[in-house]
This record gives sequence, C-alpha cells and structure tokens, in this order.
Amino acid sequence: MTTQSRPKFAMYWAASCGGCEIAVLNIHEKILEVDKNFDVVFWPVAMDAKYKDVEKMQDGEILLTLFNGGIRNQENEHMAHLLRQKSKLLVAFGSCANEGCIPGLANFSTQAEIFDTVFSTPTTDNPEGIRPQFSYAVPEGDLKIPVFNPVLRPLDRVVDVDYHIPGCPPESHQIAAVIDAVIAVLEGKAELPPKGSYLGVGQSTVCDECKRARNVKLIKQFTRIQEMQQIDPALCLLEQGLVCNGPATASGCGALCPAAGAPCAGCYGASPGVLDFGARMVSSLASVIDERDPRKIDIVLDDLVDPAGSFYRFSLAGSMLGTGKASWNGN
Amino acid sequence: MDAQFEPLIIGFTCNWCSYRAADMAGTSRVKYPANIRLVRLMCSGGLDPTFVLKAFTCGADGVLITGCHPGECHYIEQNYKALRRVRLLTRILQPMDIEPARLMLVWASAAEGVHLAKEITQFVEEIRALGPLNWPLRTRVIEKPKQAAQLVEIPA
Repeated sequence: MTTQSRPKFAMYWAASCGGCEIAVLNIHEKILEVDKNFDVVFWPVAMDAKYKDVEKMQDGEILLTLFNGGIRNQENEHMAHLLRQKSKLLVAFGSCANEGCIPGLANFSTQAEIFDTVFSTPTTDNPEGIRPQFSYAVPEGDLKIPVFNPVLRPLDRVVDVDYHIPGCPPESHQIAAVIDAVIAVLEGKAELPPKGSYLGVGQSTVCDECKRARNVKLIKQFTRIQEMQQIDPALCLLEQGLVCNGPATASGCGALCPAAGAPCAGCYGASPGVLDFGARMVSSLASVIDERDPRKIDIVLDDLVDPAGSFYRFSLAGSMLGTGKASWNGN
Repeated sequence: MDAQFEPLIIGFTCNWCSYRAADMAGTSRVKYPANIRLVRLMCSGGLDPTFVLKAFTCGADGVLITGCHPGECHYIEQNYKALRRVRLLTRILQPMDIEPARLMLVWASAAEGVHLAKEITQFVEEIRALGPLNWPLRTRVIEKPKQAAQLVEIPA
C-alpha cells in the first residue's frame, strides 16, 4: 500500500511516564499489523516529528490518535486541542489520560507546595530559591516555557474524547484486541462501538478475576505488605489485612497483582456502575471492619496510612471531588 | 462570618427512626432551620459515600447523616456500618480540604423529634460559622457517569 492510502495513526504523551508507549510496543509482532494498516505520522517517543507537522495537517486527517497522559501544563493543553482538531478518533489511552493516575496525586498539593518539594528540599542545591519563570526576558527576547496549571485534569475534561482505554498501562493483550477491532472496522468487517465506550476492560471487578479464596471478611487490623511475616498464597489479601483496591477496580487485567501477592492498586479505574473510586473503597472497607465502638474503629483506621492517597492513587484527578480545594485556582 | 450566609445542608435520614423523628418534630410544632433538605433512605447503612461526595460537589456546605441508636437498627447492625463509613470518609475528606465538621452523624430514634431538631439547629450554626464550601469543580462523573452499558468487552 502507498503512504497516501493508509489511514494515519498518532500517539502522544502529555503528563505521563512513557509506560503506555512500552505497553503498545509490548504487543510484539502485532506492531507490524499496525505498520501495515496505518501510516504512523506522529509519535514523539518512537519517531521524529514536529508539532508544526501536525499543525499543517487538515482537520480530521489523522484517523486514530492514542493520547496518553494528563493535562498538567499549557503545552499538554495545546496538544490536546490540536490533536482533537486533527483526529477523527481521539482515544484517552491509559490511566493518566482517563483519570489522572500518579501525576494526578499532585492535586492534593498546591502549586507552591509542588514547587517547594521539587526545588527546595534539603537534598536540592538551590540556595537562591530559584523557581521556574514561565516568561523570562533576555536581550534576545522573551524566553517562554509552558505555564504549569494549578491542577492536573484528565483529557476528557479538556477536550471531547471518543473512546477510553484505561489501565496503567493498558494490558498488551487488551491493546492488541482493540487494534484487531479497529482493523476489522477498516476492512468493513465490523462497526465502531458507540462513542464514549470503554474499550479493553471487563464488566466486573478485579475480585471477580482473582483466584484467591474468599470467605467472610472481618478485619480487626490493617497492615502493610512490608510489615507482614508471611502472606498466605491462596487467601484473599483483604482478609489478610492488606488494603486491596480490587473491590472497586474494573476487571480486565486478569488480577495480575493479587496473583503475584501484591494488593490491587486500582490502575484500571472504577468498575462499571461506580461513580467514585474512593467512595466505593470507603464503603467496602468500612463494611468489613469488625468493630462497633467508635474509639476502636478509629484505632483500626489509624493503621490505614494515607487512605485518600491509597484509594485515589490512580483516580484522584478524575474523581468526583477531583482535587484538593486549596490546589484549585481557576482552571 | 458573613451574617447573610445561609448554609445548604443535605440530610440523609433513616426511614425507621430519624425520618420519623423529623416528622414528629413537624407535627409537634418543633422548629428547626429550613437550611436542611432531608433525603429519606431505608437505613443509614444504605448510605453510599458517593452520595456525600456528590452533595459536596453539587453545592452542599454540610452533610448530616442520621440513623437509629446503636443496637436499635431495623436491619440489626447496619448503623454500625454507617458509623464506620463516616469515620473513614472523614479521613478522605481532610486531604481534599473539606473540614471534618462538615460531615456529621447523629443518632435519633423515632421518638426524638426534639433531640433531632436541636442537633440540626446546632449543625446549621456550626456550618454557618465555617462558611460556604463552594466546591469549585464539577467533574465529568457528575455530568457523564461511566455507564456499564457503554463498556465493550473485547475477549482476550
């Protein structure tokens, strides 16, 4: 096929770690199918292309754009609007684009607190307390770097999104299945799913996929994995007192973490029907605590280190409250 | 605080006790402030913490949850569940800069109309002293909730 006849594919990263790109490459030889069926026009991690190349394109010229990363600064925001304009199908790819993920945890802190942590901790050599200047006048003119937004927002709070593929990163077999589905659509063998669909996730929770034995849950003490002498390899981790986010997390990963003895962190986001991940975890953990006395309940809860951070580890920016109130400053 | 500020309070009340206590307060001509909007639940244990978060993001300045006294739950022990949820939820709200005092749990039996009216009055005054919450953000989950029907499962 010639370059002209193949539909165009783009992938972009905003506030993210790059794991999503690796997950795409982890589909192994299926990447050749991508190359066969698509003309990769823009993918900063994998190839050299400039923003101005995208700006020159016609509106809607790119068929499929996988956008990973949250919207942290003005550059991310500009690219989100630009790629929305140039793409027929814009996919929020990975946890960051869908609900903020780890970068979204910064929404618990104000901009000043974030900058203090980055530029003024005892291990940072910055005696003059220098902070980034978004615009700085030099004899040659004004130097500009992208303005840092007060809070991180998921992609769909900035632009209209066609599909969602959650996960941190999305599992490669799920990505491969989505690519197969898109190719089937290109070949006229299938129809696109309804706009707004969540692709590559299951209909249930991680607990449903987890092979560990579940009994009646009655918890008198929470613990952390590094404090445990031994983990029962066959028993539910929550029953062993570990905070496992499985009850609130959408299935789709095959319960990889609990199978390996690590509690579910919740990277696939809230399961269907759950509006707020943290609220669901509050609900499920409070139900299984085996105490009735308010003081004893508090003693059990004291074992939970940073409950808000644990429950909203991946979903703070996309949650119902979305941010700490003090961090909010108008965007 | 601004003397004009009238807090908006959402109250989740249990069908078997505190909703009837509020009813009793009404029929007994016991007054409590109109700042509270009562929502009847079958049980305080049926309170999904999502309701509380939604109330705060949609403009509530405080949320009051009322249930049967310990040991008197119509569904045996669900009010203990409500107690644990409220105590855990408070710990979630703090890092979000929502003062713990904005969320309160009160026990009131069907006979305690006067007690409930007093608690509501006191809560409204406490929230008035705290000032408006004015939650700044209406996130997509309110506008476009993730629908189970929208999920398309692709077999592995």
